[in-house]
Amino acid sequence: MNPPKAGRQVRGAESRIVLAEQDRFLARDIQRLSGTNLNRCYHCRTCGNGCPFIRGMDYPPNGVIRLVQYGLRRQALESHTIWICVGCHTCSVQCPMGIDIAAIMATLRRLALEEGAMIAETNILDFHREVLHSIKQYGRAHKLGIMLRYKARVHQWFADLDVGLRMLAKRKMDLRASRVQAIDEITRLFIPHWKR
Amino acid sequence: MSHPSLHLTDLSYFPGCSLESSARESNISLMEAAGILGLNLIELEDWNCCGSSSANILDKEIAFSLAVRNLSLAPAHRPLMVMCPRCLYHLREAHQRLVREPETLRAQERRWGRPISLDLPIIHFLEVLVLLGPARLEQGLVRNLNGLKFVPYYGCTLFRPPALRQGTYYQGELGRVLTMLGGEPLTRALTHRCCGSFLSAARADVVTPLVNEILASAVAVGAECLVTSCAMCQLNLEIRCTWEPRLPIFHFSEILALALGAEDYEGWFTRHLVDPRPLLAARNLIA
Repeated sequence: MNPPKAGRQVRGAESRIVLAEQDRFLARDIQRLSGTNLNRCYHCRTCGNGCPFIRGMDYPPNGVIRLVQYGLRRQALESHTIWICVGCHTCSVQCPMGIDIAAIMATLRRLALEEGAMIAETNILDFHREVLHSIKQYGRAHKLGIMLRYKARVHQWFADLDVGLRMLAKRKMDLRASRVQAIDEITRLFIPHWKR
Repeated sequence: MSHPSLHLTDLSYFPGCSLESSARESNISLMEAAGILGLNLIELEDWNCCGSSSANILDKEIAFSLAVRNLSLAPAHRPLMVMCPRCLYHLREAHQRLVREPETLRAQERRWGRPISLDLPIIHFLEVLVLLGPARLEQGLVRNLNGLKFVPYYGCTLFRPPALRQGTYYQGELGRVLTMLGGEPLTRALTHRCCGSFLSAARADVVTPLVNEILASAVAVGAECLVTSCAMCQLNLEIRCTWEPRLPIFHFSEILALALGAEDYEGWFTRHLVDPRPLLAARNLIA
């Protein structure tokens, strides 16, 4: 196999990939954790054709399955695709082999977080963190609080400012958070049992 | 899950974070419509977030426990009605897991100090309407929708998730209910395309073309508006559409309550980012 020409960007080709050196248990692990059989995939690409988010992805959904099948653990866990996927399940429903592809993406996200992999879409992860923070604090999602903290975190105060102001003007975002009364019951969930 | 013998007078009601805040107009109009239909919606006491996409992504166990706390608050003798498709999904998924795993059920019951009913029906508002039957809707009809051309927009979650494959499908019910009330459904648009969900906050650049595509499909079939069953879709379709003229996006409950004769619609429609009042006035639905 010829190495890629210098100067030309070939995805995943920063160096030659030796399959024998890859994670041969990855496919089995993902299969077990996600509860869906990804070996049935024959790469017909129906998932990518139906996916509303394909524009924002680096690999199409079946491409991620291919990475997993080849045991390319790092490439799979560091892909943008797994974070762009919102779990709308369009692919899972359209897959002629009945593979729950959204479940595979969810499993890869979980592994990426657990293993401290490089997260390709830090903004999306930051947003999720702020939602969870709000839930921890109030028991419910407080949109204004989430957006303010998110903006502070990513330093993008002016992006979407117009939308935010319009939502405020229409009172679509409440200044005060709606709260759970028994908030102890909620915050306790966030403390490991051996610390309670 | 089919519950033909449900008693539909008293229902526990789980609003969810969106209907509690950004989509309050959906909450108010739902209460109004339910009252007219003779349903008594009793808000679940001290409910919390259903688990949400974010919690499910970051920590599945916390998300699961969040959903289960809501189930532990629901009285066993009345069905739990949910309006938000995503909340419905998370609550049902958690409920299914409790049915499958007796030890998890016991652990959760100990955690919350409350019994959790495995027979609790968890149903969507559309399901309630279908069970009520067409007669009740026809009786309640006050304002005929006068052939209002709408796209019934379900979004992705009400029917899709494989985890709920065994459940009842309500494909087409949005359209059927509103047809009975005099509307004209146009179904050859992108009625199930995902609206972009939470990416609207972090990756608006991905969501905008998607929303434009959904609205373009509605315009192409000659729709005057979209009616959606999901509060998050409603918001995304309103805030992320970048071309003019913008179609009004209604919450299903708003159109339903309007047809059933609700009078306080002014307060709901002023909360929309795309003012639907000119359209409704042109159709002689509001003054």
